[in-house]
Amino acid sequence: MSTIAQKRGFASTVWDYLTTVDHKKIAILYLIAGGIFFLMGGVEAMMIRAQLAVPNNDFVSAGLFNELLTMHGTTMIFLAAMPLLLAFMNAIMPLQIGARDVAFPFVNALGFWLFFFGGLFLNLSWFLGGAPDAGWTSYASLSLASEGHGIDFYALGLQISGFGTLMGGINFLVTIINMRAPGMTYMRMPLFTWTTFVASALILFAFPPLTASIFMLTFDRMFGANFFNVAAGGNTIIWEHFFWIFGHPEVYILILPAFGIFSEIFSTFSRKRLFGYSSMVFATVLIGFLGFMVWAHHMFTVGLGPVANAIFAVATMAIAVPTGIKIFNWLLTIWGGSIKFTVPMLYAVAFIPSFVAGGVTGVMQAVAPADYQYHDSYFIVAHFHYVIVGGVVFALLAGTHFYWPKMFGTMLSEKIGKFTFVFFFIGFHLTFFVQHFLGLMGMPRRVWTFLPGQGLDTGNLVSSIGAAFMAVGVISLLINVVITSVKNERVGNDPWEDGRTLEWAISSPAPFYNFKQLPLVRGLDAYWLEKMEGKTTLTPAEPIGDIHMPNSSFVPFVISLGLFIAAFGAMYHVDDKAWALPVLIGGLVITFGAMIYRSLKDDHGFHIHKEELMEENDDKGVKA
Amino acid sequence: MQAEEKFTPQTWPESPEKATLEGKNKFLGFWLFLGGETVLFASLFATYIALKDKVPSPDHMLAKDLFELPLVFVMTMLLLTSSLTSVYSMYHMKNYNFKKMQLWMLITVILGLGFLACEFYEFHHYYTEYNHTFTSSAFGSAFYTLTGFHGAHVIFGLVWMILLMVRNAGRGLSLYNAPKFYLASLYWHFIDVVWVFIFTVVYLMGMVG
Repeated sequence: MSTIAQKRGFASTVWDYLTTVDHKKIAILYLIAGGIFFLMGGVEAMMIRAQLAVPNNDFVSAGLFNELLTMHGTTMIFLAAMPLLLAFMNAIMPLQIGARDVAFPFVNALGFWLFFFGGLFLNLSWFLGGAPDAGWTSYASLSLASEGHGIDFYALGLQISGFGTLMGGINFLVTIINMRAPGMTYMRMPLFTWTTFVASALILFAFPPLTASIFMLTFDRMFGANFFNVAAGGNTIIWEHFFWIFGHPEVYILILPAFGIFSEIFSTFSRKRLFGYSSMVFATVLIGFLGFMVWAHHMFTVGLGPVANAIFAVATMAIAVPTGIKIFNWLLTIWGGSIKFTVPMLYAVAFIPSFVAGGVTGVMQAVAPADYQYHDSYFIVAHFHYVIVGGVVFALLAGTHFYWPKMFGTMLSEKIGKFTFVFFFIGFHLTFFVQHFLGLMGMPRRVWTFLPGQGLDTGNLVSSIGAAFMAVGVISLLINVVITSVKNERVGNDPWEDGRTLEWAISSPAPFYNFKQLPLVRGLDAYWLEKMEGKTTLTPAEPIGDIHMPNSSFVPFVISLGLFIAAFGAMYHVDDKAWALPVLIGGLVITFGAMIYRSLKDDHGFHIHKEELMEENDDKGVKA
Repeated sequence: MQAEEKFTPQTWPESPEKATLEGKNKFLGFWLFLGGETVLFASLFATYIALKDKVPSPDHMLAKDLFELPLVFVMTMLLLTSSLTSVYSMYHMKNYNFKKMQLWMLITVILGLGFLACEFYEFHHYYTEYNHTFTSSAFGSAFYTLTGFHGAHVIFGLVWMILLMVRNAGRGLSLYNAPKFYLASLYWHFIDVVWVFIFTVVYLMGMVG
């Protein structure tokens, strides 16, 4: 097996990506697939804002509007934000801890393909009789009454992609626990690795309740069960509980890695070690823990009673404390730093006030009696877009610019990047700031249209104009990507010049075995330490030796494809189609057959031999 | 230590399931997976408790009318014993005694099949005698989902163990397949623990009201 990259045709590149188990290539797959879903969710958002730009509009029908808002939420959370974060986790985390790959490269690929086929299945609903239309929360009584197959697409699509995410979570946990380089103690891990760790733990414990409740919804809709059917003794509140027992940790699954990306950016471009590192770790873990204790604040108006509401209200407010710790630590990291305002740093600086605004409205809603006023209004819409866009999407855009060189070996243009930032930042605040007031004036969320002369006209128009600004920002980012890729100016290992952590010590993009010799980590910000001592490379922890690598495999694709096929059978089984049951069984046979094949066929991987590594050293003078 | 290496009982490591990095990763990853499975079953238990005896009309059978403890006792004994025999199997695995490991795993599988047969009989009995079905009431849905998920895990575990035994029958133990046997046994213990809770929460608590 040669380590030297060869020029290859298009078909072999495609085959390479279909079978890859390399975390860096899987990261690129996540980035591309997540990016496409992000654009689809964005188009849905633009259609929502177009419909609401003026009163009494009929740009889309009321039914289509319901589908649009449902698919916008579902796509953005499950198919865009989470996979894009998984892209950065895959690309960067193993490098940050000095590992050669993740713990389970095969499972990593399986996780991606499950997510991909789940997302594909969900979006095929547009062409096969209508998309889901009960909101991304899909509350049971509403979703049971929904006609057609929309909700079936939702249930089966999310089930498949949820399995993938769960596997990703377990994989990252084991990787971080078992595969850290010598000297990389827990309290020397970069903060992005820490937040990946905690977010993965949240995935592990938050996804199974979703799995369970989606099974119940599937059984109710497709197999005649009665979990949520009140007439047969069922209880619709069960769905709400499970959805939010999953759903609240889910928002921390999104925001914690975003915090991690910003922590890296703040310390890199302030050229200072992160202020209060250990309190940052503490706050991350505490947020992760409290994230499971607050789900019922989404259900204040359900009628759980004053005691339950009070407990969940207090628990919710408590989360502001560790989050506040983080905000102040970031501010104090910048304080007295030698600051460079690169594009990632601009997003990071803009993130602080934007996210704090979202946090403040969150604490307002935590006050249970007041929440009766905010509930189901545009105030809620404004709040969660401030935290998700102002937090997570800013982090994704910042991370795209920051880690692009490490993933692709080229730098995105700073000039176009600043243009993107300005449009996105202004557009974001234009769109969502005014929605607070629309909500307080009584505009309900998920409403298809509104009447003129009720004080909602100007606000909605401003909001829609802001959305157009954001679209311009995103388009300019795409142009940036194209220009950068065409120019293809290669960069060195540390293109930002101030990289602090291990990933910046190896070439961009990293060689497929990552580290020729595992590095010896001597402290927090290991690469920075070496640079401060005048070295350009890491201290190796081992002599050059054979490196064990996993084999590529097409099996993950087949396992996922089987579930994708089975989902069609399960769904059309309701219509008494004769072919439905065979398709369901056939799909499951493909999946389990591929699993059995994987289990029975020995796969020992291969070794890159010492001599090849030495040779390469002479050829190109690559630094380990 | 290499996965392909040949061993004797003297050189066989003390914890063969964790002797290689792959084994160590699998060991930890599988424990974490079982953590997630625990939450999955916890969700199903919570649903069952909320929907227990929730039926549309009084002519439906309730838990106390349905369950017969003697059958459930036999099922419990079969599964608990199978957990013990899988421990014996792992004992011999750690002593590099492949034949005895296979033998005890075979006994585990047979006991598991016995449990499964009882469960099929039980479900069939409820369906035909009492008209207590998956679709008859919320209680029925919750009952069959909880016990059915457990039963599906039993089937999965049995298939897993049989395939492992057949696949490795001709080639003995190595550090490559030792973690696989170990994880299958760990999975079997998990299934057993879940059953202990089903026995308590569904059947015992079902009988007392």
